[in-house]
Amino acid sequence: MEVGSPNGRTAEAALRAVSEPSRPVAELHEVTRVYRLGSEEVRALDGVTVSFGVGEYWAIMGVSGSGKSTLLNVLGCIDRPTSGRYVVDGREVSGMDDDALSELRGREIGFVFQSFNLIPQLDVFENVMVPILYRDDPPADAEERAAALIERMGLGDRMRHRPTELSGGQQQRVAIARALINDPPILLADEPTGNLDSRTTEEILELFDELHREGKTILMVTHEPEVGARAERVLHLRDGRIERIEEGAAC
Amino acid sequence: MLTSPLARAVRMGVKSLLLHKLRSLLTSLGVLFGVGSVIAMLAIGEGASAEAQEQIKQLGSQNVILRSVKPPDDAASDQQTRVLSYGLTHADRRRIEETYPWLEEVVPVRQLLQEVRHGTRVLNPRVLATTPDYLEVTGRPMMAGRFLSDADELGVRNVCVLGWEVARALMPLTDPIGETVKIGSEYFTVVGVLMPRVRLDDDPPEPGAETTGEVLIPASTGARWFGEMQVKIRSGSREIEEVELHEIVLAVRSPEEVDETAAAARTMLAETHDRRDYEVVVPLELLARAEETKRIFNIVLGSIAGISLLVGGIGIMNVMLATVTERTREIGIRRALGAKRRHIVLQFLVETVVLSVGGGLAGIALGLLIPVVVERYADLTTIVTPEAPILAFGISVSIGLLFGLYPAWRAATMDPVEALRHE
Repeated sequence: MEVGSPNGRTAEAALRAVSEPSRPVAELHEVTRVYRLGSEEVRALDGVTVSFGVGEYWAIMGVSGSGKSTLLNVLGCIDRPTSGRYVVDGREVSGMDDDALSELRGREIGFVFQSFNLIPQLDVFENVMVPILYRDDPPADAEERAAALIERMGLGDRMRHRPTELSGGQQQRVAIARALINDPPILLADEPTGNLDSRTTEEILELFDELHREGKTILMVTHEPEVGARAERVLHLRDGRIERIEEGAAC
Repeated sequence: MLTSPLARAVRMGVKSLLLHKLRSLLTSLGVLFGVGSVIAMLAIGEGASAEAQEQIKQLGSQNVILRSVKPPDDAASDQQTRVLSYGLTHADRRRIEETYPWLEEVVPVRQLLQEVRHGTRVLNPRVLATTPDYLEVTGRPMMAGRFLSDADELGVRNVCVLGWEVARALMPLTDPIGETVKIGSEYFTVVGVLMPRVRLDDDPPEPGAETTGEVLIPASTGARWFGEMQVKIRSGSREIEEVELHEIVLAVRSPEEVDETAAAARTMLAETHDRRDYEVVVPLELLARAEETKRIFNIVLGSIAGISLLVGGIGIMNVMLATVTERTREIGIRRALGAKRRHIVLQFLVETVVLSVGGGLAGIALGLLIPVVVERYADLTTIVTPEAPILAFGISVSIGLLFGLYPAWRAATMDPVEALRHE
């Protein structure tokens, strides 16, 4: 259910159109990220302005090299913009030191990666607990929450298993439980179904739909149109710029 | 689970290290052997130095000992039987007493070559003819009975005091006090027993063997029965030595006077003796020399131990750098999940410290074992001071911190984006 013609709209117009309904949880303003490769300058992001509202489900698409990974890294506060402003939950990120930034990503952002990125020497429960350990004020009920999340992911009987003893879909569900342990408002997913078969892909996507319904803001990088189609909005990147923003299928 | 971050880090560190048991073991071997050798060498060094100091102290730190020394052979003396006359004389002793009246004691000692018998048992101990002051200047306590008295000296009595070793060898079962022993061809009554020189648990010497023990008789009695001549049989030729006094012990009032007295004695003896048939032994100087030797020993040991620990530390650092590279992705994940730089530093630093402390503790065990083995099989005294294991433990913690810092810093300053991309 596309709204408007994809070709005729500018990024500015799209921003105005889509940022109205809800309070923004993450806002980029004229964000540029420049890499230096020897004498060569690579503009991975080139003046990106976009606002993601609370509870929205976005897909970020683009060909390889379009800057979607860089955008995700900047959104996840593991990379900093070369210029421009990035505001998470009302807080300006640019001036933060490394510690504040680390604390911010621990609390505000849950990461889900394509290759799951579980820590191999830890079991399921310990993996889910990792983000808790790095918080300045770990909540007292963290262990119960971790156990409840693992139960919810259908892995209650795998609590003490190592990641290598799990299937891909199970590992990704552990990763999602880990992303949720600090109850962050934003979930960043980088091709979360890229390494999964179609049946498991469907399971994982349903899980994201469910989280979306619960009010999480989901920003998902993908190159598969059918995955992107499940998002409310699709942001198309090309050469580090926003090419267009599509209103997708709301679930 | 939510215990203190440090305890958690230690548990995590141990866990990661146990994933690569062989690697961890080999890595900590450097520190193990370094620490082990530090403790073992310190123990052996302490033991040797304590033994040397004990021997020197027995000579008396406030004493200056003048000793007769046989001068080098003259080329012309190749006849079968000759009388060799050398050494300190009663004249020397009198001159010293007259010239330096401030000396606390001047004790002459004459050593006699006589057999000592009791029943069927025969010993060849050092038989010393000396004055009652001998006991005081050597500082040796009595074990039983009394020492030689002025009355013995004046009365030229046939009495003797036995060293514990001699008493034990001659009369293992009877109380030696009041017994009669035969020295040379004369009979002497035992009036006292001296404390042993070193320890009570030494085995008693075999009867007839050369012993460390001694028999003391009054100087006057010695002069009366045994004269000034000693006959020594040496490689078929008979050699007659004439030595008036084997030792003169000069006791001063305080250690400060030792140097001056030694210098004065040297000057005097140089004037009256035309040959070097004497030596001046200053226990205090020996003590100082022993201290110096110990200091040099410690520096050498310290350097060797330092180098081996340095090598151990570098080994640990090398492995930790490899570990950090190997776990780049894990570092990236942890950073993305909110780990601050200090969390990463702590994680790797703890691993290094666990490695080096593990090696250090095993090294302490090894270092405590080696002296026991050395003592049993090499017959050396060893002393493990309580500081040594504490020092060694401190060193292994420091090595872990020192050599873990760089790998941990490398891990913590990685770019999370790069680290996550690492395969």
